[in-house]
Amino acid sequence: MWEYCGHSLDVARLRGATYADVRVMHMRQRDLTTKNGHVGTLGQSESIGLGIRVIAQGAWGFASTDVLTREGVAACAAQAVAIAKASALAKKKDVRLAHEAAYVDSWQSPFVKDPFEIPLETQLDLLLAADEAMRRVKGVTLTETDMQFRKVDTWFASSEGSKIHQRRVVSGCGIVATCFQGDAIQKRSYPNSFGGQHVLGGYELIESLDLLKHAPRVAEEAVALHGAAQCPERTGTLILGGSQLGLQIHESIGHPIELDRVLGQEANFAGTSFLTLDQLHHLRYASPIVNVVADARIAHGPGLGTFAYDDEGVPAQCIDIIKAGKFCGYLSSRETAHLVGLERSGGTVRTEGWNRLPMIRMTNVSIRPGPWTLENLIADTDEGILMETNRSWSIDDRRYQFQFSTEIAWEINGGKKTRMLKNPSYSGITTEFWNSCDAICNDDHWLLWGTPNCGKGQPMQTMGTGHGASPARFQNVKIGTAFSEE
Amino acid sequence: MRGTTTKGAKANGEALRDVRELRAIAATVLRLAKLCGVKETEVHVEEVVDALTRFANNAIHQNVAEHGLTVSMRTVVDGRTARVTTNRVGEDALRAALENSLALATSQPEDPHLLPLPGKQKYRVLQRFIPATAKLTAEERARAVKRACELAERSGQVAAGIFESGQSQTVMSNSRGLFATYRQTQAEFSVTMQHGGAASWAKANAADVRAIDPIALAQTASEKAARAQNPVELDHGRYTVILEPAAVLDLAGFLFYDFAATAVEDKRSCFSGRLGKTLFGKNITITDDVYHPEQLGPPFDGEGLPRERVVLVEKGVLRNLVYSRRSAKAARSNPTGHGFALPNEYGEAPMNLVIGGGNSSLEEMIRSTERGLLVTRLWYIREVDPYEKIMTGMTRDGLYLVEKGQIGRAARNFRFNQSILEMLGNVELLGAAHRASGEESMEMVVPPMKIRGFQFSEVTKF
Repeated sequence: MWEYCGHSLDVARLRGATYADVRVMHMRQRDLTTKNGHVGTLGQSESIGLGIRVIAQGAWGFASTDVLTREGVAACAAQAVAIAKASALAKKKDVRLAHEAAYVDSWQSPFVKDPFEIPLETQLDLLLAADEAMRRVKGVTLTETDMQFRKVDTWFASSEGSKIHQRRVVSGCGIVATCFQGDAIQKRSYPNSFGGQHVLGGYELIESLDLLKHAPRVAEEAVALHGAAQCPERTGTLILGGSQLGLQIHESIGHPIELDRVLGQEANFAGTSFLTLDQLHHLRYASPIVNVVADARIAHGPGLGTFAYDDEGVPAQCIDIIKAGKFCGYLSSRETAHLVGLERSGGTVRTEGWNRLPMIRMTNVSIRPGPWTLENLIADTDEGILMETNRSWSIDDRRYQFQFSTEIAWEINGGKKTRMLKNPSYSGITTEFWNSCDAICNDDHWLLWGTPNCGKGQPMQTMGTGHGASPARFQNVKIGTAFSEE
Repeated sequence: MRGTTTKGAKANGEALRDVRELRAIAATVLRLAKLCGVKETEVHVEEVVDALTRFANNAIHQNVAEHGLTVSMRTVVDGRTARVTTNRVGEDALRAALENSLALATSQPEDPHLLPLPGKQKYRVLQRFIPATAKLTAEERARAVKRACELAERSGQVAAGIFESGQSQTVMSNSRGLFATYRQTQAEFSVTMQHGGAASWAKANAADVRAIDPIALAQTASEKAARAQNPVELDHGRYTVILEPAAVLDLAGFLFYDFAATAVEDKRSCFSGRLGKTLFGKNITITDDVYHPEQLGPPFDGEGLPRERVVLVEKGVLRNLVYSRRSAKAARSNPTGHGFALPNEYGEAPMNLVIGGGNSSLEEMIRSTERGLLVTRLWYIREVDPYEKIMTGMTRDGLYLVEKGQIGRAARNFRFNQSILEMLGNVELLGAAHRASGEESMEMVVPPMKIRGFQFSEVTKF
């Protein structure tokens, strides 16, 4: 692979590129699903190719190919340079990259059990057993399970001398029970909705989830929701479970801090951000107990945003985003770092695959744990609602106004978790919401959740991001708006 | 397999291969499968050439091209099936993929619902490959972008968007003699004009790049952005709305999977238990029609069956669903040619929806409105209630108050929580239906609509 990297860089340089970086990627994926006791999807895929990004005449060009021959990669490099020259027809200023040292390194993400080495029968047996355990519950009308595994090798080289090989193994799994009754559909998922939990790790994730233990509970809750009271409409105290708080972080902190959005580069599609450059180090983003980091280092945990180097060859870093409630950092790239006074990229540039341009993406954007146990937090709440497991999410294109709904909720009265509620939802304005946070649970409740389906860019790229979170409490939140008749 | 040279490299993508190369790959897979003793094999060979020029802040900031080919094969052994996909096309790689597919297939329990592969089929010929689109170069895209950016600068605005052009072809074949092939081109121009704190947007998508006028789109977005400044904050509540086609598309498009017979069988469709019932107004007719002249896509489905035109909703009554071979058998109906490639748990879906239009126009809708809102586009639409089909989302890039028959001031963007079922029962006027392009749903042929009682629940800061 290094030969293809080197040859394409040589051709790009000869054609007039002043900078080039290249990624050869070999991506393998296995997808398994079951539905109502039968195998649904059963497939495996692999894709290998090369993508090269160049600067010529001060502008960017990118081209990709799956023809891995000297001639194929040379043609691809030449095309990238020609495209860069076309870009120069409509440029405002030359691209400038922050300095980064050259690295020669090899890294493999840690895992105990390679999921591609686990017999398929073992994987399917577990899913079918979990499926059956959910179907045993009377009233369940649809059961679904899924597993997904990815193994991606990336060979990165740049015209500045970097040569980095990384192998990342990702595993994910989830189960869902749905109940259609009367004129309503209710569902419950474990360990999270929309595909379950995903981590940078091996089959040990699947084994740790204990699907068979949770399957009956999930199914029973899906049925019980039909008999539950409707979540009331009011302004009040809200406690979010960890996975829902992870998604709240993703949408109302992770996306607004992407510097390409802030600079208008995503204005046509993903949108912009309310976090204009003048807000840095000035905005009171959240209450003083809130601390948020973007941490791609393995020390942070096995997240979907964990790596050794980003796809520009910048080492993984931990960046303070919110410190004691104050906004203090963006997600940056080599191209954008200088615009916020940084001498170096924050190392957040990633690509979906060999045929896509690397761009700023969330790494692991996580909230630091607080001192509370969940039991104490509930006991400390006189009247409130505890919501768990996302059902829908939506936020405006500048990331101010959001609305989330969850699969299930419980009323809290007099410090006790009481009756179940159906159709819970809440909404608010990002900074007002985060400034109302008055309690965060401790490390025992903190988990690095994986969001495998974050979409951004044109052409669209799907990326996995990580979000460490524990349950947290918020005050004066609008609850129940999604089903309001007013 | 693909010979290329660096001499005279241009910024346009490479051409598609001769289709005979794809046929040869498919034939190789079927030959290898026969040698391996596989009873039934299906193969899809797909090739994509695509290029996209992206601009923001009145300059090109991203400019990409890709060329890829994938071979996807499905083996069937004793009532078991599995799919393996690769982009390695050498014979050894294809053999390895085939063996992998067999290993996956035989690792599972028998599926009593699995059907034998279909045999030879007949398809209507669709000519959707336009050389002018295929030949579009990066320089041509850059020049069009530059003109849009210059227009923005003259208007004191900032432009962002994309200009994309591409071509694709597919060959599908199986061991029972089925053979299908299709190719198409596609172009897209999308532009957002930012004017101070306001913005507006326009977009078009077509097989023929000559049907897209980037400057006209930029001009539309520019004029609407200028009108979108200093938006007034309105109270939330129910409003008469005039939805431009992109807004209709993005919201109504969320119904597409509900029309799947498998979704109804699984009781996760909003149409479960509602077939034959009047669900919408009499002015609503919805068909799935890949043969509509403004549609794109192949005349066959993922199993190789010919796509049929299906009337889904007729004058407000839910008449039909779409079926794959499996769901048709389960429902004792006939397959309609809407199945996804197997194996999958979702079954099928209509991919070429056409919502019938009416005799009105945007102008007439505005003239006839005493008080309402004109909606350019909707954003981040998600399902809140699957059976009542309540969707939430935001307005975006141009929301205007309409008073006494005229467009007035811009309004701050609203969040909506609106049932699509209810919405399509409240349509007062429809314009002519044309291909529309948004960001939340696939392209469809839809009309603009005037709708009463559309529910906005909250307002944002801009």
